Formats: sequence, C-alpha cells, structure tokens
Amino acid sequence: MTDRRQFMLSASAAALAAALPGSLLAQEATRIGFVYVSPIGDAGWTFQHDEARKEMEAKLGNSIQTKYVENVAEGADAERVIREFAASGSKIVFATSFGYMNYVERVARQFPNVTFLHATGYKSGKNFGHYNARFYEGRYLNGVIAGRMTKSNILGYVGAFPIPEVLQGINAFTRGARSVNPNVEVRVIWANSWYDPGKEREAAMTLISQGADVVTQHTDSTAVVQAAEERGVYAFGYHSDMSKYGPRAHLTATTHHWGDFYVRTVREVLAGTWKPESIWGGFKDDMVRLAPLNPAIPAEVRAEVAQIEEQLKAGSFHPFAGPVIDQSGKERLSAGAVMDDVALGKMDFFVQGVASRLPNTR
Amino acid sequence: MDGALFTNMLFATVVAGTPLIIVALGLLVSERAGVLNLGAEGMMAMGAVAAFAVTHATGSPWLGVLAGLGAGMAMALVFGFLTLTLQANQVASGLALAIFGVGLSAFIGKPFESVALPTVPAIRIPFIADIPLIGEALYNQQALVYFSWALFWAVLWFLARSRAGLVLRAVGESPAAAHAIGYPVVLIRYLAVLFGGAMAGVGGAFLSVYYTPMWMEGMVAGRGWIALALVVFATWRPLRVLVGAYLFGGVMITQLFIQGSGLQIDFPSQFLSSLPYWATIVVLVVISRNPNLIRLNSPASLGRSYRPDA
Repeated sequence: MTDRRQFMLSASAAALAAALPGSLLAQEATRIGFVYVSPIGDAGWTFQHDEARKEMEAKLGNSIQTKYVENVAEGADAERVIREFAASGSKIVFATSFGYMNYVERVARQFPNVTFLHATGYKSGKNFGHYNARFYEGRYLNGVIAGRMTKSNILGYVGAFPIPEVLQGINAFTRGARSVNPNVEVRVIWANSWYDPGKEREAAMTLISQGADVVTQHTDSTAVVQAAEERGVYAFGYHSDMSKYGPRAHLTATTHHWGDFYVRTVREVLAGTWKPESIWGGFKDDMVRLAPLNPAIPAEVRAEVAQIEEQLKAGSFHPFAGPVIDQSGKERLSAGAVMDDVALGKMDFFVQGVASRLPNTR
Repeated sequence: MDGALFTNMLFATVVAGTPLIIVALGLLVSERAGVLNLGAEGMMAMGAVAAFAVTHATGSPWLGVLAGLGAGMAMALVFGFLTLTLQANQVASGLALAIFGVGLSAFIGKPFESVALPTVPAIRIPFIADIPLIGEALYNQQALVYFSWALFWAVLWFLARSRAGLVLRAVGESPAAAHAIGYPVVLIRYLAVLFGGAMAGVGGAFLSVYYTPMWMEGMVAGRGWIALALVVFATWRPLRVLVGAYLFGGVMITQLFIQGSGLQIDFPSQFLSSLPYWATIVVLVVISRNPNLIRLNSPASLGRSYRPDA
C-alpha cells in the first residue's frame, strides 16, 4: 500500500520533472525531519516551528515529505532521533533546540550527504548550519509600548535562565521602555526553569503585588499572561500570539516566523546551492513580528512603534546602538557604535534601568 | 515590610502549599497502610487533565474536582491491582504509574491545550476575613484551600483517634498480625491506596482548575515527587506534612519576593531557587532528628507485599 503510493507519487513527480526541465522537483519526495524539544501544544517555541513546517509543506507540496518527533529531551535521546532521521533517508534535518548542538555535530560528520540545520546554536560544519532570530528587536518594541502604558513605572519580567539570549531580551525591553520613559525600572525574577506554569504564575503575581503594572516573560507557558489578566494589569506574549489567554491584558507579542527561511533553505538544498551559513534574522527578514496590538494602546504610541518597526526593517536602527551603559554605570559601548553580533551573543550584563542584580556577576 | 505585602506573601504561600498538602496527606494514609505508591506525579497529571476537561465541558469546577478525584482513584486502582492482587513490586509499579500517567494525560489533554478556563472566584468567609493582615490571606481563598485544612484535621483524627485508623496502622506495621486477628489486609490496603489516588487527583485538579487555570503537558512539574519526599521527611506525621508544605511554599514565595523587590543582593538566583528544597529538608530533618522516633513512625511493612495465606 505504502509502496504503491510511493511509486505513484514518484512517478508523477518524475513526469512533472520531465515536463518542467530545471524545476526543483526531485525524482522522489525529499524527506525532511524535524526534532522538537517540547510538545507542539497551542502556543510557544515548538508551536512556531511546527507552523513553519506546515507552511513549508503547503508551499513545496509533493516535492517534500516532512516528519517530526516532538518532546525530545536535550540528551542522548536527541542523538538517537537525529541519527534515525538521517539513517532512514531524510535529506534535511532541522533540530530546533540549543541543547541538540553537539549531537547534531556528531551525526552530521557521519552523514555527509544529509544537511543539518540547528536552531539557536553557534557551531557549523560542511553540511551543518545554524540559524536564529533577533527576538530582541521585538522586545525593544514591547519595551516602548510598556514605557508608554505603565503608570507605576515598574515593569516586571519573568526570566528562565540568565543566558545571553534572555539577557538580550531583558536589556532590549529595558532600553525600549527607557527610550520613551526614563523613569521606569525593570524588575526581573528568575524562574530557573523553562517550563513550570505554577512557578511562572507565582513569579508574575509577586511582581504585580510589588507594583509592576506591565509584565512579560521569557519562559514557555502562558501563565504570566493569564496572571496579568486576572490581576488587571498588562502583559506581552512571547513566541506566539497569546491574546486568547488574556484578551484584555495582552498588549502584543513578539512572535517567531521560520516559514520563509525553511522554504528557502529547502529550495537551496534541492537545487544544490546551499552553503553552511549562520543566519540571524530579524524584522528585516520577517523572522520576527509583532502580534496585533491591543486596542487599548493609543494611536500615537502605535505610530511610534510603527515608525521604529520600519527603521528596524530598513536596518537604520539597532536596539543596541551606543551608548550602552550597564547597571553599574560602566559604558559597555560608546556612542556612535553598534553592538556587533559577537558581543550580543556573549551578553552577560544588565543595562541601566534594570533594578535586579544579575545572579552570576561577581 | 508593609502590611499589604505581608498579606500578599501569606496568601501566595497558602496557595503554593495547598496542592502539596492534599497530595501528601493522601500518600501518607496509603503509606501508613504499608503501601508505597511512587506514582503520585502520574495520578496528579491524570487528575489535572480530567478536572480540566470536565470543568471545561460543564462549566462547573466542582464537577471538575470530582472528575479529578475519580481519575486519581482509577489510576490508584490500577496500581492496587498490580501490587496488591498480583503482588508486583511496589517501587517498580509506582514508577511505571508515574511515567504512564504523565504520558497518558498528555495524550488525553491534546485537544484542551488551546483552552483557557475562567478563574474560579475565591470564597470569602464573612467577618474573619476582615481580620487585619491575615484575614484576607487565609479566609478569602479558593474552596480547595479550606478543603486542605479540613482534610488535615480529618486525617489527624482518623489516624490518631479512630478505631479504623488504628486498624489501618496495624496493617501497615504488621500485616500478618492484622490478618491473624481477622482483618482483611488486602481490602484495607486497597482502600488506603484509593484514598491516596483520590487525593492526588484532587491535588492535580487544584493545579489545572484553580492555580493556573489551563492544561499543558507536564504542568504538574514535579509536585508529585515533592509531595512524596515531604511524607518521608515529615516521618509520616500529618502535622509535619502541613508545616513542611507551607514552609516549602513560603520559602519559594519569599525568594520570589526578594528577587522581585529590586533589592541589590548578591545571592545567585539559582541558590534562591534551591532554597525551598533544602530549607524544607533541613527543618524537617531537624524536627525529626531522633532516629528511634523515625523508626517508630515509619510503617514497618512499607513497600512490602503481603499475601495472606489462604
């Protein structure tokens, strides 16, 4: 049954390929594997990757065949799943979590004819590239909105772990807020977990009872948005549009969009023009977007946000343009300079305006 | 510290401790009967998803809690059948139940991941809720918080003062002796295990219907294991379970408040996050440091199968 369908599929593909010389259609559907770190669910990091996978299927149709494995822990299991994809005929494997990096590297060396793409890492090889998005650009815009909407001038932020990616978000958020309202301070609570709805909720509740009237999170559940809805303050979603979890509280969200990148990568691999590269896309590349803005946001703030968004798209504005001053008052980047990607990737400080101390600074 | 802040902290502490109390007291009863059920995490997950589904379908959180209770009991029944009827190893069966429950709840809960429930309003007890500082925190709470206190008194009375409690403890200490004087050991153990499962289900229901009104895979996030550890560190005494659960909740909330206060402190947040665990362990170990009393309190036949000779 499967064999016959397979045969018919490849027969029609071959016919098409013959009819369209130079087309990207291969002789047989190219198999593509996705490895997800968490369940797909209805919102969040993995959900956005899966949306992109569906988009890829819709755009590339019969020329590809995708498969995914969800909820793969960042350990020896990951290597098994990645190797299984490569060994069972997948031509491209997308590994969508940071902790898969070393396993992808190892498997990539053993399967030189398979192309591997790893999200949010920094290693690459002959058949192994990595990609990420400039989420901090969206955070900056969230900060601008928060700075305009707050009355208490205290903003709350629930972080998972103090790693560069999270710090970029907190710092961009703070810089955005302070750019329009120099009196705000950002308070950070570390949940020390990517996913514990109970704890995320308590952290949000704590920030709210200490005066924060706009909260956001860099964790994986919707608990913070729900807590804000319950207590009548504002919140931002992350990863996905979370407005249905807090229709009144949800100001907007920084959302991730991998679809275009996935489609482009697959086309390049099929055409044989793919080269290992490190992609770090933002608003300009349409990898980061803002969810629809809450009607509560006044028109002049919308205009302000739209203007900065245009500048981000045009590349004429960078959230970490100097001067960048850290919490202790030290200048990390002088005026006129723009923080380069290496410095961004190693970020290990809080900027001025964050009230909490960073846990691992000595 | 101003009064409002204290009230907020106390309120949050009570809420954070509640699921642990409910689940741990249920486990305590089943362990006092000599049955070690490590499947608490799985029973809670099943309770959470069942409660969420029923609350979503009927709009009634009470029916939801009942469904959670039923789901926890159903899981416990499976465990009871394996360990009490088929005499399987309790540790292995319990671990299997934990993994099975978490996985099955994820499977059942798939359609509910996109749904959010309205927050259940608190029940305010007139007059005493007006007591300054503590009134709002203790007497303007969710129904299940009051339930956890009632449960505590009920378990305390049952184990220490009732005849049935005495029989249950006898079964846990020496099933052979209890059998010899004519008590149905297996039946009593079944009932104890079912009670433990029911309470784990209610604890799970508290999480998905009251605490964070949503369903997501893995939302129990280790609370079943914490409850299990709590029972051991509390040396099978209900009062210590209560103290330990609130201590755990209190230290967790306090460290969040310290982090959120913007105070310039030099403690790493990782240290603060680990504080609830080791503070609870240290305190419970200190209050139960007498090794003779631990031996006296721990049910002698805990974890051992018993087959009545026909």
